[in-house]
Amino acid sequence: MSEHTVSAYDDELTAMAGKVAEMGGLAEKAFADAVSALVSQDLALAKSTIVQDERLDNLHQDIEEKLIEMIVRRQPMGQDLREITAATRIANDLERVGDLAKNVAKRVIAIDSDLQNKKLAIGVEHMTELALSQLKKVLDAYSSKDAEAARRVQEADAEVDAIYTSLFRELLTYMMEDPRSITQCVHLLFCAKNIERIGDHATNIAENVYYMVTGERLPEDREKMDETTGTA
Amino acid sequence: MNEMPNIEQATAMTESKISADKVQVYYGDNHAIKDVDIEIQPRSVTAFIGPSGCGKSTFLRTINRMNDTIEFCRVEGSIRIDGEDIYDPKVDPVQLRAKVGMVFQKPNPFPKSIYDNIAYGPRIHGLARNKSELDDIVSSSLQKAGLWDEVKDRLDEPGTGMSGGQQQRLCIARAIAVSPEVILMDEPCSALDPIATAKVEELIDELRENYTIVIVTHSMQQAARVSQRTAFFHLGVLVEEGPTDNIFTNPKDKRTQDYITGRFG
Ligand SMILES: Nc1ncnc2c1ncn2[C@@H]1O[C@H](COP(=O)(O)OP(=O)(O)OP(=O)(O)O)[C@@H](O)[C@H]1O
Ligand SMILES: [Mg+2]
Repeated sequence: MSEHTVSAYDDELTAMAGKVAEMGGLAEKAFADAVSALVSQDLALAKSTIVQDERLDNLHQDIEEKLIEMIVRRQPMGQDLREITAATRIANDLERVGDLAKNVAKRVIAIDSDLQNKKLAIGVEHMTELALSQLKKVLDAYSSKDAEAARRVQEADAEVDAIYTSLFRELLTYMMEDPRSITQCVHLLFCAKNIERIGDHATNIAENVYYMVTGERLPEDREKMDETTGTA
Repeated sequence: MNEMPNIEQATAMTESKISADKVQVYYGDNHAIKDVDIEIQPRSVTAFIGPSGCGKSTFLRTINRMNDTIEFCRVEGSIRIDGEDIYDPKVDPVQLRAKVGMVFQKPNPFPKSIYDNIAYGPRIHGLARNKSELDDIVSSSLQKAGLWDEVKDRLDEPGTGMSGGQQQRLCIARAIAVSPEVILMDEPCSALDPIATAKVEELIDELRENYTIVIVTHSMQQAARVSQRTAFFHLGVLVEEGPTDNIFTNPKDKRTQDYITGRFG
């Protein structure tokens, strides 16, 4: 799109998108770190992940302040309006992703023992890979303003949900077989739920990217796959 | 989102108050309005926006034939109000302007009393049979314009002694007094402060229950606040027209996009 008559406005929009991208990078890293700390019971990594979350919070706050400032000073319209509302909504989602990562890191410290079941660890890792690749793809879609890529991210969320459901079942059986494992399994269950939630945030972001680019809402075309709600 | 097309169909199906078809306006050799088609919905506010000189005022004036008074100005195509061609030779422009009132950029009260400002139109159109009917028209018009409480004790004072915002509402009351069906407003708030503007906007919102309103404005915020539909003009062409929310969040045409986001002009 051509440039604004007031060129400082363009700089502000670019700066805002840059901050969102920075948050995206931090959120991805926080999550990857939290899960690898979980799988390898790396307490130091868990602790540093918790501390790092502050940067995400600060950036989030920054973006919100910029939003208000731009509404007051520029009264954004059309594409600009969609861009800044999308940026702040995406920042909200990324801030939540950061919180979820922090929560996983805290559980690493609470578990403070090796994972008893390697199979479970593999399940968690696999699910994380998928959720993180969703997050990465949707952040790329945001940077390149690619509505089609955003739509594909929304569609793929069902996969993350499906893995969560099977992991949930596995954890249940494991707890029934061996009640001593319950504490650790409950922590793992919450971790898995957090990872599944990241998938949901990636989907939210996809919807916002799609709206930002096209001005249309992305149709919600899938049934909620989470079958665990009925059982839990 | 899937319901959207249905809603649009539904509004398209309601009978238009004003239909313009292939309207051209020339000032001598200057082709100021080119091929404009638009349907304007009854009992709603339609905003005309666009850069200076794009023809908003010119097109607005075709709706009550104010261009007739301008030398060298020629209008082609058809404009219908309730299905009736207003450029038909049988139509009396004075009667038409009673039906289609106009409020201008600068408040222009007559140098007469507040009472006479309102009573003037009803008198020349013979709308009141006696003094008490005329009194009723004056008070109800001032009430509809939200001005009654402010002026009821000083109806014999000159209209020109009021504040700018009051004068503009007086002009709106004056337009209402002849029972119009359509009210055209050409930048009615551009000379008013924010509070007077807010009062006029509130009034416009109330008036839309009973009148079809077309407003030209340079303030996109104002268009967004008061109108249900917005039309964007550029270089004499009607580029895009649609529900106001759509025009300001998701315009279809690049020219509209550039204009509302401040990318040219
Ligand atoms: N009375 C007139 N005589 C000759 N040309 C005119 C007259 N009024 C308008 N024009 C020309 O018609 C074109 C459209 O003008 P118009 O006043 O309708 O624009 P506008 O959109 O209302 O602009 P603004 O926002 O500045 O009021 C311009 O080129 C203008 O010079
Ligand atoms: Mg004008």
